Amino acid sequence: MDFILNFWVEFGAWVGDLLASWGLPEWAVNLIADFAGVLILLVMGIMAVLIFTPMERKVVARMQDRPGPNRVWPYGLLQALADAIKMLTKEDIVPRNADRALHLLAPLLVAIPALLVFAVLPWGPGLIGQDLNVGILYIVAIGAIHVLAIVIAGWGSNNKYALLSAFRVVNQLLAYEIPMVLCILTVILFARTMSTQGIVEAQTIPYFVVTPVAGMIFLVCALAEANRSPVDLIEADSEMVAGYMVEYSGMKFAMFFIAEYVNMFAVAIVIATLFLGGWKFFGLEDLAPVLTPIIVFVKAVFVIFCMLWFRATFPRLRFDHLVGFAWKFLVPLSLVNLMLGALVVKLTENLWGQAGLMLLGNVVMVAVTAFILNRAARRVREAPALKRIVAVER
Amino acid sequence: MNFPQVVFIIASAIALGGAVGVVTTRNLFRAALFLVLSFVGVVGLFVLLEAELLAMIQLLVYVGAISILIIFAIMLSQRLMSSEFRAQNEQWLMALVTAVILFGLLLVVLLRVNWPTSPAEVPSDAISLLGQALVSPDQFVLVFEVASVLLLVALVGAVIIARER
Repeated sequence: MDFILNFWVEFGAWVGDLLASWGLPEWAVNLIADFAGVLILLVMGIMAVLIFTPMERKVVARMQDRPGPNRVWPYGLLQALADAIKMLTKEDIVPRNADRALHLLAPLLVAIPALLVFAVLPWGPGLIGQDLNVGILYIVAIGAIHVLAIVIAGWGSNNKYALLSAFRVVNQLLAYEIPMVLCILTVILFARTMSTQGIVEAQTIPYFVVTPVAGMIFLVCALAEANRSPVDLIEADSEMVAGYMVEYSGMKFAMFFIAEYVNMFAVAIVIATLFLGGWKFFGLEDLAPVLTPIIVFVKAVFVIFCMLWFRATFPRLRFDHLVGFAWKFLVPLSLVNLMLGALVVKLTENLWGQAGLMLLGNVVMVAVTAFILNRAARRVREAPALKRIVAVER
Repeated sequence: MNFPQVVFIIASAIALGGAVGVVTTRNLFRAALFLVLSFVGVVGLFVLLEAELLAMIQLLVYVGAISILIIFAIMLSQRLMSSEFRAQNEQWLMALVTAVILFGLLLVVLLRVNWPTSPAEVPSDAISLLGQALVSPDQFVLVFEVASVLLLVALVGAVIIARER
């Protein structure tokens, strides 16, 4: 019974013992264990594409009242596989006069960081690639490579839409990185650690309940960072075809496609870890540790469902509105939230006291923000017509 | 040769190879990317020294921010964007003299200083120790605050310069 309940950890130990009993030295056992772990994490990342593309197409189709893909057996759920075969057989094109080496480098640089993030995502007690003590900072730093990779893709395509997209990448992703990091800082204040595993362990009350403002801001920033509609201005197909991906064909495009879904999955797990309690679920994790990866997965699927919901609900933003929203709304709000968090942590050591004070502070913050926005909107509404246009433009 | 030495040699090779690439390639965009490669090599060295926080900050600030800034400066100056560019200008002699002198000075320092080593392990809570050192009055709080004010001034200055009149 104990073996089943602690399946993952016990199974790892059992395989380790088995290898050692075959006479392998300790370093070889560790090496094989590490490689197996890396392989599992990589395959899981790639499998996310096969799971979430059908999910996205089906869910969005349902919300838009149409059947969605329904030809590839069963119910069109194997559409992703058919797409993969189609991609494989497409011609590989490098644009004339493009920087060939960089053009080929970009898809790799996009896909690799997306998979590297999985190294620090916790799946249960003891179930983590590497429990870095700077885990969450590592995730943010890896995101920096993603920005660079898209800039390289935009440059290496020798195409003005691609280059425009590269400019937008820097503008959008860097703008949304700031409130994102500020929200992570608020969480770190309460958890008192930067290790992802430590954050989950410190999280007796999910941080989404403690500070919903940080949670919502993080969700919006995560949408922008993962480049999801309605904030996918980097590849906005109605404005600049497909942005940085416009010249990429076949498997090179598939790499971007894979990276997007892996990113989405990773971001969903990060949200689950930071704000929804990670592998904890009302004590279920203590009863049956074997279920912890499933808890994480279900939470991640819920977050992804919310992302698809946003996609089907909201129209795409205008670019200056998008960037202005980050700088003028999200950054000040998350800064105030961070200061509030620092104050609350200093005021009381009691966990429930902290949570209550922070929640109260967040409610007051939302009320004040709504009041200010309401007044600003009324000013615009009651202004004379010409001034109104100017005010909206600003 | 043990494992850390192998890692050290690989990381140093990446850092130095990237640096050589920066000065030898004729395409400025590629030069900027070689600079990124060099920074990544330095990240490897920090990791080897068990300075995870510094490694991540190096990746975040240098790869994520500074190199993007450089790439943007290159992209925005159109003449550099299209054509292959000369790697030297008419001031190469001065640059050579400066570089040789600097190299000589560094070499002298490297050879003559008796580098102190400590057998102590890196403390496990190094990050919180660092954080407390930055805000405790008897350590670095003044330096920290001065740096913050300097950055704030730069930020406000940038906003004022960029503002429409």
